[in-house]
Amino acid sequence: MTKPRTTGLKPWFSLGGIAVFAVLLLAIAPLVLTDHWLNNLGKYCCWAIAAVGIGLAWGRGGMLAMGQGVFFALGAYAMAMHLTLETAGDRVPGFMVLYDPLAPLPVFWEPFRSAGFTLLAIVLLPVVVAGALGYALFKRRVKGAYFAILTQALAVALATLISSTIRETGGDTGLSDFKYFFGFVLNDPANRLMVYLIAAALLIVCLLAVWQLYRSRFGELLVATRDAEERVRFLGYDPANVKLVAFVVSALMASIGGAMFVPIVGIITPAEIGAAASILMIAGVALGGRASLFGPALGAMAVGWGQSSLGSTWPDGWTYLLGLLFVVVILFLPNGLSSLPAKLMRRARRSPAERPAPAIAPAQLEEVRS
Amino acid sequence: MSSTSKRKRALVATGAIATTMALLAGCGARAGDEAAGAGSSAAASCVDTSGDSVKLGFLNSLTGGMAISEKTVSNVLHMAADEINAGGGILGKKIEYVQEDGATDWPTFAEKTEKLLTQDCVAAIFGGWTSSSRKAVKPVVEKNNGLFFYPVQYEGLESSPNIYYTGATTNQQIIPAMDFLAAQGVKRLFLAGSDYVFPRTANAIIKLYAAKLGIQIVGEEYVPLDKDDWTSQVAKIVAAKPDFIFNTINGSSNVGFIKAYYDAGLKAATTPIISVSIAEEEAPAMGHEVTGQYASWNYFQSLKTGTNPKFIESWKAYPNSSGVTSDPMEAAYISMYLYKALVEAAGSFDVDAVNAAAKAKPITFDAPEGKVTLDGDNHHIAKPGHIGKINSSNQFDIVWASDAFIEPDPYLEGYDWFPADIRKQLTDAAG
Repeated sequence: MTKPRTTGLKPWFSLGGIAVFAVLLLAIAPLVLTDHWLNNLGKYCCWAIAAVGIGLAWGRGGMLAMGQGVFFALGAYAMAMHLTLETAGDRVPGFMVLYDPLAPLPVFWEPFRSAGFTLLAIVLLPVVVAGALGYALFKRRVKGAYFAILTQALAVALATLISSTIRETGGDTGLSDFKYFFGFVLNDPANRLMVYLIAAALLIVCLLAVWQLYRSRFGELLVATRDAEERVRFLGYDPANVKLVAFVVSALMASIGGAMFVPIVGIITPAEIGAAASILMIAGVALGGRASLFGPALGAMAVGWGQSSLGSTWPDGWTYLLGLLFVVVILFLPNGLSSLPAKLMRRARRSPAERPAPAIAPAQLEEVRS
Repeated sequence: MSSTSKRKRALVATGAIATTMALLAGCGARAGDEAAGAGSSAAASCVDTSGDSVKLGFLNSLTGGMAISEKTVSNVLHMAADEINAGGGILGKKIEYVQEDGATDWPTFAEKTEKLLTQDCVAAIFGGWTSSSRKAVKPVVEKNNGLFFYPVQYEGLESSPNIYYTGATTNQQIIPAMDFLAAQGVKRLFLAGSDYVFPRTANAIIKLYAAKLGIQIVGEEYVPLDKDDWTSQVAKIVAAKPDFIFNTINGSSNVGFIKAYYDAGLKAATTPIISVSIAEEEAPAMGHEVTGQYASWNYFQSLKTGTNPKFIESWKAYPNSSGVTSDPMEAAYISMYLYKALVEAAGSFDVDAVNAAAKAKPITFDAPEGKVTLDGDNHHIAKPGHIGKINSSNQFDIVWASDAFIEPDPYLEGYDWFPADIRKQLTDAAG
């Protein structure tokens, strides 16, 4: 039904867009933004990385992954444990001493002393967890609301688990006070710029990756699976495998976003990975336009910016504004704000004699339902 | 366009990014460099006091679960600033405040601290409530060499050149409460707390001191801050038959605890509670009669000491005031005046000059709880210890008071039951 969005000039258009985005993030932003706002932009980049993955899983794959906080947490806590140990040196981290002064370091912390193991864990943990979870769910043909609720419940469960294991994970207080980042002093402005640039570059890499995926045979198969899973099955493909790949890639991106969140923000707590945080990620993707290339990233960055700046000037009101915007977008722009220019252009081109098109095309209706 | 050329282009782009990283990485300090030593690599302060005003930041949770408590602290800070402005300001400069919302979210506290220090260029920040929020703020003020005034009683075992603590540390609240319990002849004590850093640490200290006092700890239960179902934990209290309950629960979770306590048939006459987070503001909000229960604080509204009558009167006249005063509010009020006294002693708003002035001679303030003196080395203040018993009008009758003001001792160095090796581990871990 829905045609893959790769026709004619579009590939060059998208690649050019990514190039412009890269120049803005990697060259212009460090020149014009203050340290504080550059650091905030770095944080939005982390959410945007996770959002790009949600765009792939939900926008193109139709899997409403409401628990990406779980994978965000895997990356974030792996990184935070390594940075905590790097700061503590050969001692037991300070917060553990507070609760149980003489107990040794928990066994599962030990391997995170190694930088190599940590980087490997950031990549492999989400792949293994999402792989196992996805395999179990998709092979059993769990989808739609059931899939959404299940992933959301996992995020809640993980946040509760972390909150209640204060000695092992820092609990509700979280992990913070990191002094070094793989041997670099985190306070140094030059190093902070480096950390920002790594996050921004990873966002560009993720955009390139999904751009390539969307225009590949896999991308078309993914959209086909979203729109008509049974037909794909009758054509001889296993939709479960297609969905599994998209889900695993989206989990990997969430983990990378989480890992970079830690050195940039300097603290990770269960509140950043629980139900509310996971839904906020979804909200950004929906606002921006879940099926488009840039929509999820830009939407996540816009929500992040709103939280920082509107939340400052208007603490009571901004969540209502976000909620209102969300409702308006879902009702009138189901493909998000990024579909607005094209929509306006179409309207402008249409001759007055032409009959008005229905507000929501049947294909879009299908997307809303899925 | 072949797919290999595409792949090549992607490789070139990735390579270019990696090279830029490597170049940049060459400039930054590495672990073990000079810059790592004293945090001297922090950006120079952007505080501008050349005009006729000075900017101060207020950082309180105006939304989220802690808003109910922190809004009042924010209000009383505004009142103190208005009073100081009416009296001519600090060093002749009017206070201009920037209010930020911590949103009961610890990373938000860190972000807003950074914003206040580097974007708004405030000379000092006042606020915070939970220990988690303070722990999020601490690395940021240390990195930027800023000042943070923290107005709530806490678990101690901390000191920072960039933080001033105007609430009680453990030896000014927890230890007096234990002395009071020992004097009451308590033999069996049950510990109930919220599951985060303050109750966990406070209870670790309570257990050590209880062993010395010969008080048996008959149970210890925790519930997360945002949960308020205490039914199964209270069942354990009933089974353990303690003489007293030591309550380190924070915030609205107390309501659930008190409900479960009454539902289980426990009464103040037989199994009383001593709390360290229930004050005049919280007592009427418990949803149940709490008459006869105890609390350990430094300040109570019912005190007749110092400038308390004037403080209560000003607060009642202040817009949006509840008319009730409490210990954290009073500590916040102290923090603003203490900052004024510090700056005036230093003759400057510069952080290092302020810290030097704190060490040079004792800084004092005629507070509602009495004349408090700042300890320039550990940045805490000497406070009187008080135990109050809730009466039928939700005010506290003072049933015990310390003989003199208690000197702050955050690392419990004057207490031989606190193991030296633990103290050393903690100070080492704090770096």
